[in-house]
Amino acid sequence: MAPTTRTILICSGKGGVGKTTLTANLGIALGRQGIRTVVLDADFGLRNLDLLLGLENRIVYTAQEVLAESCRLDQALVKHKQEPNLALLPAGNPRMLEWLKPEDMQRIASMLAEQFDYVLIDCPAGIEDGFKNAVAAAKEAIVVTTPEVSAVRDADRVIGLLNTQGVSPIQLVLNRVRPKMMANQEMLAADDVTDILALPLLGLLLEDEQVIVSTNRGEPLTLTKSNSPAARGYANIARRLQGEDVPLMDPAKEGRGLRAKLWQLMQTKIF
Amino acid sequence: MAMTLRDILNKLLGRQPASATTARERLQLVLAHDRSDLSPELLEQMRREIFEVVAKYVEIDLEGGEVSLETEDRMTALVANLPIKRSIKPAANPPSKADESEDQEPSETKEAEESKESEAGESSD
Ligand SMILES: Nc1ncnc2c1ncn2[C@@H]1O[C@H](COP(=O)(O)OP(=O)(O)OP(=O)(O)O)[C@@H](O)[C@H]1O
Ligand SMILES: [Mg+2]
Repeated sequence: MAPTTRTILICSGKGGVGKTTLTANLGIALGRQGIRTVVLDADFGLRNLDLLLGLENRIVYTAQEVLAESCRLDQALVKHKQEPNLALLPAGNPRMLEWLKPEDMQRIASMLAEQFDYVLIDCPAGIEDGFKNAVAAAKEAIVVTTPEVSAVRDADRVIGLLNTQGVSPIQLVLNRVRPKMMANQEMLAADDVTDILALPLLGLLLEDEQVIVSTNRGEPLTLTKSNSPAARGYANIARRLQGEDVPLMDPAKEGRGLRAKLWQLMQTKIF
Repeated sequence: MAMTLRDILNKLLGRQPASATTARERLQLVLAHDRSDLSPELLEQMRREIFEVVAKYVEIDLEGGEVSLETEDRMTALVANLPIKRSIKPAANPPSKADESEDQEPSETKEAEESKESEAGESSD
């Protein structure tokens, strides 16, 4: 196994906060940097990663057949047409959940680690078996949350479990940020969330309609020429993962004009 | 707790704090409990027993007393704030059966001394 392979779990606790979208975009962005990347759909109950990558019609075999040894790994891997450095290992039938064990996920992850530099695991929501299986395969984690109380609370639960499993490092991605609301202090600030969860911030993604447009087309934003805020955010996260020092965007500074400046002053923490 | 200009202005004007401030405070409280993994009953029992122990040494104001969980940097601390009405015995001299007769000895009476007793620090990761 290539000892340098980074196996990263992308998880959240709360559902629908943007794990799968992040996995797809990060996979493309890393591939574009010439890094051999595989995305593993560990959400066997509700698989979607294939759809977000536009690969849903090219699936022949899945992780299920690989585990049952009824096909070879490379037969199940779906190479991305436009980004040949990226491959997908699709999730099998939901009934897999009945027999899948943490060791099975570990086996898949170590097979993948032989061929790829990055293994990104798209984790199911929740903290039940699906999550536990996926964690077993991971060395590092990215916890995705939105600046909302329920998502942050659930993220905290997941971070506690990741810590007990020895997953490290754990980094945070704050998704669906609305700069205006943040500037008005009607949304938790990035500092609030990183303070509360005591995690370093890997990146911040704005609420962006283009995410939905790109999902409709099955073309992740990082694949297109888009320069939308989320597209930049995903690309920056990929670069930071690679150790590049890319400054974080300050959503409060996205607003211009006197009014925005005043709000900024008003939200400065003075003690 | 961090405060912003806006928080202060809101306070002065008697307005509701910004919802982000409220969210932050509510989260900090709920996470202290989530992380400690103590049920409300257990916490209540512990609070009673702490009061009992402290009451052996000093007379405490039960109304004003508070035992709560606080959390920072994924460290959860048990913080007890027990206002002392007066000390029963001179400090550093735990009561024992032998010296029960020294009741009339004038103990220094401290009126409602606020003492912040704290920190049975415990990580809950
Ligand atoms: N930055 C964003 N701006 C706008 N919409 C977003 C953003 N991020 C995610 N979304 C939308 O949020 C929804 C949920 O995203 P996604 O499927 O990636 O979440 P998930 O965490 O994988 O969900 P699940 O827990 O169900 O697996 C999708 O409709 C997606 O388009
Ligand atoms: Mg998903």
